This record gives sequence, structure tokens and C-alpha cells, in this order.
Amino acid sequence: MSNARYRWRLLVNRFNLTMSLGTMAFGMLFLLWILATLFTKGVAALAPSLFTQMTPPPGSAGGLLNAIYGSLLIVGTATLVSTPIGILAGIHLAEYGRNGWFAEATRFINDILLSAPSIILGLFVYTVYVVQAGHFSGWAGSMALALIAIPVVVRTTENMLRLVPGSLREAAVALGAPMWKVILKVTLKAVRGGVTTGILLAVARMSGETAPLLFTALNNQFFSTDMNAPMANLPVVIFQFAMSPFDDWKSLAWAAALLITLAVLALNVVARTVFRQSSTR
Amino acid sequence: MENADRRWRRQGGVALSARNPATRAPYSPASPPPLFALPAVDPRLHARRAAAGRHQDAWFEHATRAFAALVLALLVCIIVALAYAALPALRTFGAAFFVTDVWNPVTGQFGALAPIYGTLVTSAIALLIGVPVSFGIAIFLTEMCPATLKRPLGTAVELLAAIPSIIYGMWGLFVFAPFFADHVEPLLTRVFGGVWLLGRLFEGAPTGLGMLTAGVILAVMIIPFIASVMRDVFDVVPPVLKESAYGLGCTTWEVVRNIVVPCTRIGVAGGIMLGLGRALGETMAVTFVIGNANRIRASLFEPGNSIASALANEFNEAADPVHRGALMALGLVLFVLTLIVLAASRVLIARLSRAQGAPT
Amino acid sequence: MRGFAAILIMIATAALLPAPGVMAADITGAGATFPYPIYAKWADAYRTKSGIAMNYQSIGSGGGIAQIKAGTIDFGASDMPLAADDLKAAGLMQFPAIVGGVVPVMNLDGVAPGAMRLTGLVLADIYLGKIRKWNDKAIAELNAGVALPDEAIAVVRRSDGSGTTFIFTDYLSKVSPEWKSRVGSSTAVAWPEGVGGKGNEGVAAYVQRIKGAIGYVEYAYAKRNRMTHASVRNRDGQFVQPDDATFKAAAANADWKNAPGFYQILTDQPGRTAWPITGASFILMHVRQDKPQNAAEVLKFFDWSFRNGQKLAEALDYVPLPNAVVTIVEDAWKTQIGDGAGKAVWH
Repeated sequence: MSNARYRWRLLVNRFNLTMSLGTMAFGMLFLLWILATLFTKGVAALAPSLFTQMTPPPGSAGGLLNAIYGSLLIVGTATLVSTPIGILAGIHLAEYGRNGWFAEATRFINDILLSAPSIILGLFVYTVYVVQAGHFSGWAGSMALALIAIPVVVRTTENMLRLVPGSLREAAVALGAPMWKVILKVTLKAVRGGVTTGILLAVARMSGETAPLLFTALNNQFFSTDMNAPMANLPVVIFQFAMSPFDDWKSLAWAAALLITLAVLALNVVARTVFRQSSTR
Repeated sequence: MENADRRWRRQGGVALSARNPATRAPYSPASPPPLFALPAVDPRLHARRAAAGRHQDAWFEHATRAFAALVLALLVCIIVALAYAALPALRTFGAAFFVTDVWNPVTGQFGALAPIYGTLVTSAIALLIGVPVSFGIAIFLTEMCPATLKRPLGTAVELLAAIPSIIYGMWGLFVFAPFFADHVEPLLTRVFGGVWLLGRLFEGAPTGLGMLTAGVILAVMIIPFIASVMRDVFDVVPPVLKESAYGLGCTTWEVVRNIVVPCTRIGVAGGIMLGLGRALGETMAVTFVIGNANRIRASLFEPGNSIASALANEFNEAADPVHRGALMALGLVLFVLTLIVLAASRVLIARLSRAQGAPT
Repeated sequence: MRGFAAILIMIATAALLPAPGVMAADITGAGATFPYPIYAKWADAYRTKSGIAMNYQSIGSGGGIAQIKAGTIDFGASDMPLAADDLKAAGLMQFPAIVGGVVPVMNLDGVAPGAMRLTGLVLADIYLGKIRKWNDKAIAELNAGVALPDEAIAVVRRSDGSGTTFIFTDYLSKVSPEWKSRVGSSTAVAWPEGVGGKGNEGVAAYVQRIKGAIGYVEYAYAKRNRMTHASVRNRDGQFVQPDDATFKAAAANADWKNAPGFYQILTDQPGRTAWPITGASFILMHVRQDKPQNAAEVLKFFDWSFRNGQKLAEALDYVPLPNAVVTIVEDAWKTQIGDGAGKAVWH
């Protein structure tokens, strides 16, 4: 082939690979930009008072204690609710659902719910729970977050359980164990690292969700432990404070944003490294 | 709680631990140590235990099926609840609701066209920018990246996905929108100002809050999702195909273009639809920067509204049942739209995996 | 597995046991962002004094009306008073709590607060999109001494249901027939122009951020954030500055005693020093209370704030209710709010 054509091909190759490198740099640029903004503005607002004082009215000093506590409670309750449901449903899909329309349909629906808009789930919980109960509450917020977490846990549990080789199950059955013991004590235990990763990722996902909490848990400027009433939480506090003109509120919003991001990133890192699934063979 | 070993011994079993010489039976060739020293169990007891085990198994299977059915039922419940709540508006306006561009709480006239338009336009911008960038990132990670950097860079891309969307919203409002308003929007007006059709897209006051900014931020949000899927499907292209192409003297780009892309077309389509599904439903990032204006304008600099941001802004205040019904109808539209897109995405990705031979 | 279970049990216990020494919010209210700064200050002071926590969420007047009708809160706050038929249909009563003023604010370099002069007609034309640049003739002829830039006006208004919007659009409807026919006045209108901010806070934040922006906020927001406000011409032809004296002048004409449901609109009032865009903010409560203790606490809070919160209100340039009006309001509490059996909640 002619030299010119070859040189053209090399040029095209080099151009496209440079563009590819450029897009990677583009993506990394945004990541670094966001994290840098978050850290500079958030760290400037960090202070011990964040953890000892409540959210203030505009113009007074304050902290984020009620929001942090509320978020922990709501996310904790949602995890408590979603983990058993998700694991059991995932067990069904992996162990009893190799064939048949039911498991296929459930898997399909689960994947759709996984990426469904969280605001719709908030609307759903508002319609069936908040309106019937007559007030906003932390329980409604937990319900909405649990609905977000369940598909994640179901999917990870199912994927992990499928990785377990059949020989392990067969060996346990041969020893005379009933199926439920085989599943709970042998196969699930073999993949507990992966399942824990799934749960931690679900928690990370729940921690950052705002839209569903807007219609369910609302917000509370005082410290409250009553889950049956509006509950302060970090994401809604950020939404309210960031869109305000008050500087003290805006700096609290940045501090809260930093806290959430640190928690989410820490959970992701811990999930991927500490609980890394060792080989099931 | 009695542990298994003690129970075994109580039932007359032999200690199976080979490490304890005191309990290990001395070896004799005539009777080698049994692999399983089963306790002497009454056969009726064994039958009872087996029956109990089967009984427990049936309960367990039913329990897990119930929880799986919960997931299935959830989707149906959401659609039913939304449809029921949307009835007042749908009954008042009929099918015209979806194509009318008016949103007037004073006179009680609602039409979904403006939020739907906003959702579609911002998602289109997000895809226009996000897909090529994700493609480039996926190629980089699979073809060009040195092995040591592959894992950290892959994790960095996934970190972009892990950042909560409200952080994107805050960063967008405080940092990106002013940057966009000061540098990018005047540039776009200058470059495309006189151009025939494109000029209309880029006119107006450069406030930095509008559909273009929302679209760009959405693009950054969906890049990690599309890039991950693309990278996964690029990784499972059979190496023999690529190696034969290299053997024929193809450059890297030619291999990508002629081997990898045709081989993974379906999976890539699935990934794009996944990204689209997320872009359609994204709330917080868009609400901060889209400007919340329920109208349709040609220029991308103008504020608009997406379905999700309309819901976030107006839901808590809609007292009038027709207003609330209109918002619920919007939610229903959004849900059905994302349902279709995500279902298509899943079908496509599953079809590719099956074609490649991976277990679905 | 056991450790995991232990952690789960600890979280469950934390959720269910009330921690010692913390105060729960005893009464919940939500609604207008217009009076939010003063309600928050009153709630803070009241809690220090009495230990009762009043949790107020500023979600907009539209939100306040919706939530009190749905029964999810103890009281709603709205700057738009409901008409007597609406009140009766929803089983609500309303009373005024505070008076304040809405001011136009701008983001223009080199213009001092109060230096810019605008009229209602000019404001209406800006918000209709007819006046698009700052150096337009209509603005320039009112402001001879001010350097107006050749920049586009970025209009900012409310995206949520807002009593502040009601006050502002009511004033525009009174002074501009075109506004009245094209847009009208309500808590949420079909705005011809502009970016929508959420709450007074959102509008203030956007105006601070966008160069050449104009918006309308309650005066406390403009003052606290040192924003550039404009002086507006009132009905008597005087250009007045916003402060509690001019708001009080506008409120002086209100006839609280004879208005059913205390329905009074204070925009475009006669008076040399009256601020033209003044309004009162109202509290909505159910006439038949399912939770009479909560209702009693709400009324005690407002009673305390009316009598002891006047200095706080004046510091933020709100106008507290005069004592005579407080008496009329509390009489209305006695006669209109009752528990399930019909017994009056307030004594």
C-alpha cells in the first residue's frame, strides 16, 4: 500500500487515541473539580460546633447535629428494613428461580426499579403513607429510602449467590442439611463479603438521596428523636440552605455536602477493599 | 447453645477431628478410619427429621418467594398509585394534557408539554455530550491504559457515579453556572450568533441557568454509567478477533472501529439507554440550575423545566386536586418513559451477554 | 453474623428510645417564606423562655395552604389571605401575625441601595418582558443621576406557590391594566419571563448570583444580605424607601375589625409615606381541632410573640401588630377555634 495512505491511517489512529485520552482527562477534570470545590469550601466550614449544635435560623451560629442524627436514623432504619427483604428476594432468584416466568419477571422488574427515578418513589410513599397517616414522618422517609435500596441488595445478592459453585451446595445437601440451612449457612456465608459490599453500596446510595425525603420526612430545625414526626436530615438541609442567600447557611450547606460525600466515598472504598469477595472456589 | 461437635459426640459419633490424637482411633488396615462416622440413629427419627427439614424447606421457599413477589408487586403498586392520583387531572383535560403548553395555576389550566420538552431536551444534550466522552473513556480504559493504572482509573470513573446528585447540584449552582455564564455562553453566542439555525439556540442573556447548563451537568453525571457498561462490553470481546486484526496490520483505532464496535453494538446501545434512563429521572442536579420556568423557548440559554424539577418545586404546595393530579400525571409520564427506556436497555444488554456466551 | 445482628439491634434501639435531655419539636408549622426570618427568631426566643420548640418549615404560602388543608401540620402560614368561602369550605380560620413589605432588588454594580427609582408600571413592563435592558428609556427617565449599563435585564421570580408573589402581583395588577389582563394575581401565576427561585431565599440567592438581575423579596431578606433595593413610587406620587415606618404607614389604613376572616390587602394604600407593596402574613388553623393541646400551644406561642416579640420584629423591619389588633385577634381565637366537642381552645 502507498506510503501516503499508511501515513493517513497512522494519523487517524493517533488523532482518535488522543481524543480518547482527552475524554479521559475531561472526565477526570470534572471529578477533580467537583472534589476540589467540595473540599475547599467544605473544610473551610468544618468546626466542632457542627456536631454539637442544631441547625440555626438564619443569622445565628449553629451546627448540623439534628440533621446528622436524623440522617443516621433514617438511613439506619431503611437499611434494617431493606437488608432482609433484599437478601431473601435475592436468595429466591438465585436458588429457586433458575427457570420459570416468575423469577425472570422479578429480575427484569428489579433492574428497572434499580434505575428508576427516586422522586417517583417519594411520590409513591407520599400517596400511600403520608397522606393516609396525616403527617410527615421519619418512618415515611425510611420507607422511601428502603424502596431505593432493595433493588441494589437483591441484585448483588443474586449475582453473588450465582457465583457459588454447585459442588459446595451439593456437598452440604449430601451431609443431610435441609435446603434452607444449606442456603443460609453455607452458600450465603461463602459470599458474605460480596453481600456486605452490596449492602454498603446500597447504604451509600441512600445517604445521598434528597428527592424522596422532600415529600416524606420534610425537615425539622430542632433535635428530634421522634420518628413519627418530620425529621431533620442532611440532604434536605443542604437543599434548603444552599438555595438561600444567607452566608452562614451556605457554609453549613457546604460542610454538610462534604460530610455526605466523605461518608459515601468511605463506604464505597470500604466496600470494595475490606469486604472484597475472596474466591468462592 | 450446643455446638455441632458436642451434639455429634452426645449422639454417639466419633470425634472426626484428626488433630486430636487422644480421640483418634489407632489405624488398622483391616478397618480403616471411616470417612463419616455416622451416629447410630433410629431410622424413624431420621425420617422425622427429614420430614421436618422438608417442611421447613417449603416454608423457606414460600417466604423467599413472598419477598420476591414484593418486588414485583412494587412496580404494579407504583403505577396504580400514580395513575389513581393523576385521575382528577386526566379526567379534566383528557389526552390533550400531554400536548398543551400551558401551566397556569391561577386559571387551573395545566399542560405537560413544557416539562416534557425540558426533560427531553436536557437528556438529549446530556447524551450528545456524554456518549462520545464515555466512548473515549471506555476505549482508553480497555485499549490504551497501562495495566497498573487501569484499576485506579476505573475506580475514579466509578467515583463520579457515587457522588450524590445534590452535590452536583450545589457545584453546578455555585461554581459551574457562573463559569458557564462568564466564559462559555458568551463564546457560544459569539461563534454561533449569526449562523442560520444554530444562532437561535444560543441567544439570550447569559445567566448561566438554563437548559444548556442542566444538560452539561447531566452529561457529567451519566458519563460513568455509560462508560462502565461500555468498558464491560469492550472487555468481553473475544481477544482472538482483535489479535487477528492486529496480525493483519490494523492500527488500534481500526481495530476498535471495525472489530470492537460492531461486536458490541447491542451492549453499547443498552448502555446508552441506561444512561438515558438516569438522565430522564435526575432531579436535584437539574433543579438547582434549570431555572424553573414552565415554558418552551428556542434558546438553550433560557430557563426551562424538567418533569422531575417541576415535581420537586411544586409538589408540596399543590393544594388544588387538579394541580396535584397534573403533577402526579407528570410523574406517571416520567415513570412510564423511564420504564420503557430501562426495559429496552436491559433487553439489549442481556441479549449481548447471551450472544457472548456469558451467563445471564 | 452475631456482630452484624448486634449493630442492627443498636440502631433499632437508638431509633426507638428518646435520648435524654433533648427537646422534640412540639408544634409544627409550615408555609410562607415572607415571615420566616421573624418566625424563626420568635421560635428561638420562645424556646429559650418556655422550652417548647416550634418547628417552622418555610416551603412557600402555597405549601402552607396545601399542608394545613391536608392536616399534616398544626398551623399554616400564608401571605395570601383566603377568601371567606374558601375558609369555610376548608374548615379553617385565619388571623394576621405580622406585616412586612416586598421590595424589588437588583444586582447592578455601582448602584447604591435605594438610589434606583422605579414605578409600578415600569416593574410590570419589566416582568412582562417589554422592557429588556437596564438603559431603556422608561428606566432612564426616572433615574437621571444613575449610570445604567447597557445590559439585558435578567428577571428572577418565584418558582413555587408564594404569598410574596401574591402581594407583588396584586400590586402590579392594580397599577398595570395589561398585567391584570395578561397575568393576574395569585400565589403562582404564568410568568411571561424569568428564572424561578424557590422561596424568598431562592430569589435572593439568584439575584445575588446573576449580574443584571432583578427580583422581588421581603425586605428582611434584602436588608440582611445587603442587596441593592429600589425605591418605588406610591399612590400619592412620592418615591419612598422601604423600612418599618413606611410599612406601618401603609398598614395604618387596615380595618381589621370588620373584615371577615381578617381579609385585608395592604398594597397601593393611600398615604404620603406609605410603601406601595406592603402585605400582612396570615396564620391558618382548623376551627375544629383534633389535637387541642397542640392548638393551645400554637396560640400560646403567638400570644407570647405578639406581646414580647415586637423589638425582634422591628429589628428586622417587620411591623408587629398593634395592641388593639392583638386584642381583636385573640377574641377571634376565643370564638372561632374549638376542640372536637366545641369547647374553645383559647381562654
